[in-house]
Amino acid sequence: MLSTRYTPRIGRATREAYGDALLELGRKNRDVVAIDADLAKSTFSWTFGKHFPERFFNIGIQEANMVGIASGLASSGKIPFISSFAAFALCKGFDQLRMGAAYPHLNVKVAGSHGGISIGEDGVSQQSVEDVALACALPGFIVCIPADEVSMTAAVHAAAAHRGPVYLRLGRPKAAIVHDAPLDFVFGRAITVRDGDALTIVANGLLVAQALMAAERLADRGISVRVLDMHTVKPIDVDALTRASRETGAFVVAEEHLHHGGLGSVVAATLAQTVPAPIAFVNLGDRYAESGKPDDLLRKYGMTADAIVTAAESVVRQR
Amino acid sequence: MPSPPVEQLESIARTLRVHALRAIAAANSGHPGGSLSAAEIVTALYFGGVLQHDPRNPDWPDRDRFILSKGHGVPILYAALGERGYFPVDEIMTLRQVNSRMQGHPVQGMTPGIEASTGSLGQGLSIGIGHAIAGRLDGRHFRTYVVLGDGECQEGQVWEAAMCAGNYELDTLCAIVDWNRFQLDGAVEDIQSLEPMREKFASFKWNVLEVDGHDVQAVLEALNAAKAERGRPTCIIAHTVKGKGVSFMEHNNEFHGKAPTGEQLQVALAQLNGGQEAGVRGGRRDGVRGLREQSPKPSP
Ligand SMILES: Cc1ncc(C[n+]2csc(CCOP(=O)(O)OP(=O)(O)O)c2C)c(N)n1
Ligand SMILES: [Mg+2]
Repeated sequence: MLSTRYTPRIGRATREAYGDALLELGRKNRDVVAIDADLAKSTFSWTFGKHFPERFFNIGIQEANMVGIASGLASSGKIPFISSFAAFALCKGFDQLRMGAAYPHLNVKVAGSHGGISIGEDGVSQQSVEDVALACALPGFIVCIPADEVSMTAAVHAAAAHRGPVYLRLGRPKAAIVHDAPLDFVFGRAITVRDGDALTIVANGLLVAQALMAAERLADRGISVRVLDMHTVKPIDVDALTRASRETGAFVVAEEHLHHGGLGSVVAATLAQTVPAPIAFVNLGDRYAESGKPDDLLRKYGMTADAIVTAAESVVRQR
Repeated sequence: MPSPPVEQLESIARTLRVHALRAIAAANSGHPGGSLSAAEIVTALYFGGVLQHDPRNPDWPDRDRFILSKGHGVPILYAALGERGYFPVDEIMTLRQVNSRMQGHPVQGMTPGIEASTGSLGQGLSIGIGHAIAGRLDGRHFRTYVVLGDGECQEGQVWEAAMCAGNYELDTLCAIVDWNRFQLDGAVEDIQSLEPMREKFASFKWNVLEVDGHDVQAVLEALNAAKAERGRPTCIIAHTVKGKGVSFMEHNNEFHGKAPTGEQLQVALAQLNGGQEAGVRGGRRDGVRGLREQSPKPSP
């Protein structure tokens, strides 16, 4: 738990950490097989691919086929890690994920890179803003959005150790480090990165670092803030949320995703059934973004520390 | 509209390349390789008298449709649309910046002249089929052109569409494959071979033509031959060079999705301008300017 002042220290992009962790896994476990769909250098699956060419398949631009192949590999005892941009892996491979991974509950691991709008200039077609909703709509899937290289490394190992389908969202930009290694990481258990008693910010991915910056500024204004890294959206950490609701009484949920079906929806549904509390949401809303520099976009579409501070100030008044 | 002389078309293709590269460099982001390889294809369509369209009336119901299915190549299309007067040509320089209509991939309804939102590869040919069927239903005689990447043709949807267009005998549909032999991670042949490509399309009941995709006259002839074909859609396999026109980008897939540095841009512009000082405002624009004076086919 970070108690001192948070100064963002920029680490590797989570996609880069994914590649390194996959390579380490490959060394330990000969059943790990990786597939990519012509984005191996962008998803960093190539880090694995160059070392294990016999267990790596860059099959070309055919995401649906990739998911189907993973289904067969998993059925025959392999542990397939498949990667592409999240927008393509989830959107183009959705029926294949439904029939070939979720329904038969197979050991398929999906790495969707370039999550959110922080990919920047390529624009909407490559920005994944619905992947969490889609992955959550696959029964039995673990859905995880690590915030930094430390938690991504842990998540890749946890994914391999877990028997069943897992979705990991990877980010394009270099990510601020919010955790200390070694990290006690378990799917479904939130990590308290800062403690407080007047408000809880629940965040994942890049927004965890923004939440920490927002929390400092709120502390300066006398609002004591708890920050939960809710890396796993499914299964959600019900205990952490109910405790936070009793102890802090108000929430901001921050994520790089559409409003519907992401972390915000899951947190709201959970609190509605347990200890209801006012919630403000920081997300993309119900719209697409555009091309632009990542920082310009995050600012324009309101997914920054500033946006979290504004949301926090309004929600604490509702307590 | 009659086709201007070949030299003029070649000069236009160079101008489009210059626009595309300057915009990509200014954005410090984008896809030079696949923009440059498609320059003559886009030139033949927009400046060779092939497309019947009206920049002042982009929604004219009888216009020919052009869909860039390999959406990442859009800088070369913005260059053509800008030169054709769909929007001020200088707007291209706002490529990929926040609040710009020059999105990183084509966006329908935002940028005049853009017929389909692409960028998720594999979808444009299906959309083209929809236009062709609508034209048939309404008794309109417009044609639909779709440019595909070769790597893009690894997507299953391309072949679903190919099967469908062949069976529906959509002779108003023309696919042009930018056969530059590279995709994102490397050579198409190494990653997932498409060969034999000609036979694939032919077996799906298409008329197949092969041309040197940088010989603008040959591209033009193929496009015109496609117009004359009855009862079958036409696929033109355009043999191209990724990064064509800039020595250090040709056959160098490093520039698939990487912008040139300022210095590299200067070298590139010098090469494209035949050693002259770079800058489109300079010498080589007469080709385009002359054409702009000619009014396109008026809308009804
Ligand atoms: C469905 C989908 N998968 C992956 C990508 C990422 N991507 C962008 S360009 C590209 C390679 C395209 O190769 P090709 O079609 O040959 O185009 P060109 O060589 O003309 O650039 C890839 C894989 C994408 N845009 N869409
Ligand atoms: Mg290609």
